[in-house]
Amino acid sequence: MDPTRSTASGLLGLLGSKAIGAEEVARAYLDRARKFDRLNVFVHIDPENVLAQAREVDRKRAANEPLGPLAGVPVAIKDLLCVNGEPTTCGSRMLRGFKPPYDATAIAKLKAADAILFGKTNMDEFAMGSSTENSVYGPTLNPWDETRIPGGSSGGSAAAVAADLAPLSLGSDTGGSIRQPASLCGVVGLKPTYGRVSRYGLIAFASSLDQIGPFAHNVADAALLLQVVSGRDANDSTSVDLPVPNYLETLEKPFDRPLRIGVVREFLGEGLDPEVEASIRAAINVFKEQGALIEEVGLPRSKYGVPAYYIVAPAECSSNLARYDGTIYGHRAADFSPVSPEEAEIPPLIRMMMASRAEGFGAEVKRRIMLGTFALSAGYADQYYNQALRVRRLIRDDFDQAFQKVDVVLGPTSPTPAFKLGERVADPLAMYLSDIFTITANLAGIPGISVPCGLTRSGLPIGLQLLAPAFAEETLLRAARLYERASDWGDRRPELL
Amino acid sequence: MDYTIVIGLEVHVQLTTESKMFSSSGTKFGLPPNTQTDPVSLGLPGTLPVMNRKAFELALKTAVALRAEISTFTKWDRKNYYYPDLPKNYQISQYDLPFSRGGRLENPARRDGGGGSGDVRLIRVHLEEDTGKLIHASGGDSEVDLNRAGIPLLEIVTEPDLRSPADAKACLEELRLTLRYLGVSDCEMQEGSLRCDANINLHIPKDGKKYATPIVEIKNLNSFRSVERALAYEADRQYRKWLDDGLTIDQAHKETRGWDEDLGITKPQRTKETAADYRYFPEPDLVPVVVDEAWIARIKQSVGELPGERRRRFETEYGLSAYDANVLVEQGQDVADYFDEAAKKTGEYKLASNWVQQDVLRVVKERKLEIATFPVGPAALADLINRIKRGELNTNQGREVLAKMIDSGESAEAVIEAGGYRMVSDVATIQAAVEAAIAANPKAIEDLKGGKKKPDAVRGFLRGQVMKATGGKADPAKVGEVLEAKLSEILAS
Repeated sequence: MDPTRSTASGLLGLLGSKAIGAEEVARAYLDRARKFDRLNVFVHIDPENVLAQAREVDRKRAANEPLGPLAGVPVAIKDLLCVNGEPTTCGSRMLRGFKPPYDATAIAKLKAADAILFGKTNMDEFAMGSSTENSVYGPTLNPWDETRIPGGSSGGSAAAVAADLAPLSLGSDTGGSIRQPASLCGVVGLKPTYGRVSRYGLIAFASSLDQIGPFAHNVADAALLLQVVSGRDANDSTSVDLPVPNYLETLEKPFDRPLRIGVVREFLGEGLDPEVEASIRAAINVFKEQGALIEEVGLPRSKYGVPAYYIVAPAECSSNLARYDGTIYGHRAADFSPVSPEEAEIPPLIRMMMASRAEGFGAEVKRRIMLGTFALSAGYADQYYNQALRVRRLIRDDFDQAFQKVDVVLGPTSPTPAFKLGERVADPLAMYLSDIFTITANLAGIPGISVPCGLTRSGLPIGLQLLAPAFAEETLLRAARLYERASDWGDRRPELL
Repeated sequence: MDYTIVIGLEVHVQLTTESKMFSSSGTKFGLPPNTQTDPVSLGLPGTLPVMNRKAFELALKTAVALRAEISTFTKWDRKNYYYPDLPKNYQISQYDLPFSRGGRLENPARRDGGGGSGDVRLIRVHLEEDTGKLIHASGGDSEVDLNRAGIPLLEIVTEPDLRSPADAKACLEELRLTLRYLGVSDCEMQEGSLRCDANINLHIPKDGKKYATPIVEIKNLNSFRSVERALAYEADRQYRKWLDDGLTIDQAHKETRGWDEDLGITKPQRTKETAADYRYFPEPDLVPVVVDEAWIARIKQSVGELPGERRRRFETEYGLSAYDANVLVEQGQDVADYFDEAAKKTGEYKLASNWVQQDVLRVVKERKLEIATFPVGPAALADLINRIKRGELNTNQGREVLAKMIDSGESAEAVIEAGGYRMVSDVATIQAAVEAAIAANPKAIEDLKGGKKKPDAVRGFLRGQVMKATGGKADPAKVGEVLEAKLSEILAS
């Protein structure tokens, strides 16, 4: 029996019945991670630490001590969640060697749940990108086709689950960074409502949009991990003080009345890959067969989502990333001597900051810092930043109206399946459009899930996106489970050799 | 030199809290560098600010006391700029929706001049986090100390209502007094818990026109005295410069100058070609604060009597002059408390005022004591005053008794017993002394009769002789009465 081909729920059953020990599970995953090292999923893994955690769970179980809900289950962690004493680098040269002196709240909750923290996963630098190619560690490969990208920015976390290198993983979603790679890697990925999961210890990209969420093989596993990391946190003022429902308890419950699903008109239009569209239409039929009521809804302002996002997110990032200047921590340029007579006029301290940032950040991060700095500048802020905030409110209004009629809205997660490595690197706009269907949920702060709903003829996964009103994760998960029960796309796994 | 000086102040005050504005780190002053820090105040990646409610309440209390308008909805903004003492390279501050607007500070006339030209209006009071400090180490290196980073900082900006350097200093003193009454800040300029920048220019009338000189912001003001000195220097410099180049406010940028305490001059600092662009935007890591009426009402109740109210009470309730009321109030809450208690215990308010001002405060000043630890407490002073009032002691004896009380720490009762300080009010004794004095000084009587000298001077001389003869113990009022009667007899004969 190979535990790595299991699911989190499956593993918990095996561990609970003592059919297998946590250390044995950990060793199996460590072996598999080594075997598929070429996928470049993990940027940091400490086998001794993993085994020590597993042995502690085994000891507790043997001693009949109370165990948390994820006891012995490996969870891969996106490399932007702070783990006390472990390298946390955001896929950036800037943070190489940075070891936070504290745990992110989500990490503390995982530890309290007796999960095994299993390595840090690759990502686009500071979560900026849709392909995991913007990483100082090089790209992660899509387990379904190693010539293709896994999506991003949480590509490492998506690929970890897809390739069975971990049954669960955590990512973060600012404009689609969980749902899009989940879609492209054929796994379940959920972005919770803004405020559902504490952001404390999540290294910020865009504070008003970032949210931590789970990757899993199925909806139940995603619910399990969401359950563990959710809840109000005194360290995050934007986390919301609402009770966390028991997602697993209600997951299989049939709906009292037919689920009302709104198919988003704007998400099934131009630019959508025909194979993706066909899979989405097939998924709609599955829902119909399950008794759901389908109607078309409009999100007319969603077309402004990408432009608004590319003002708000860079604006916040330009400020969030200002702290990386080589003064207190992070990369400091060894040589910051002036390269021109003009630079000689600049004080050495400022030259040090300039050189450190020039060396420490990659091209996409610099692009967004410049975009954001411009958008917030005096004389431009009203035209760009404040206008984007107005658009954001309109997009939220669109969703509010849609949710008066339907319980969830439906569409594709990504307009295309996984694209080739390098295909969009030179074309930022094409890359930005990868998130055209996911970005609006972040702007509106609502939860969304991507579940596998098909494979292209060439064998690439396709994802179905469902969005629900704020804090309606329960409905979202039940709706996703309704579909999952009636389809078998989630059971497919890539054939890795 | 007929010009008007126009001054506005920008004051930063650290609030006295156990923890920082947005984190649980301690706030103690004077500890080794970077020991009052935590991941949040270091701006470590992934950390988030959480508002210190206590600090916000202290800020509210201050704004209420300054009669500012409290916003029911306020938010936080990021002020973005790069500087090594700012760990996040942005400061959490308040931009377009500060928690309070307007307000006024009384600025009464002070003993040392300054003040007395009406209330100083405030533009706004807002809350922000303090920055760290750069320490210029040997070898030209700079070191960063972040103990101060994140300490709650109140920014108080006045309208340009001040008209002289002395006025500006008086305004600062009144602000410090008020904040200390409120207990919201230590206001120690030396420790940096109160910092002040001053904006100044001149309005110069000439040929029926008014010329305004370019505004200068003076930084690096490290004491109240330096505020006054720097402004005086700068007013003079601006006038001379205007005579020289005639440049007015429209023809030059606002300049920032630093005060050099040793040389006693201001020196140009960086000149801003354009206004700094701080790229303010709403702080997404914090939620807005809603302040409801009930909260404001609760804060209002927590504000005790303020210096201005106390001055007015001393005038109306105790019948003191405005001058006396101010002297007792402007020297700090301890002095006013001391007087207040002594006054209440005697009921002789003016007498208490005189004793506190002339005797107690003189000794406090001479011996560099604190009124709070002055060996003669307000109750003991009241007891002494009551004895004088009852006629047990005359004023001079009272002074001697007080001096002994201060030295020994003993009660008036004990000092009087030990030193035999009882006032002689016995008419026969006084009569004998008066007759003896007249008999011993025939020339004085002649002078009085002949009108050669002023009668008051002669009477004073004779009164002094009588007091001397009774060892200073005679009741001065009785001496006056008996002497007057005797002299009338002599002059009538």
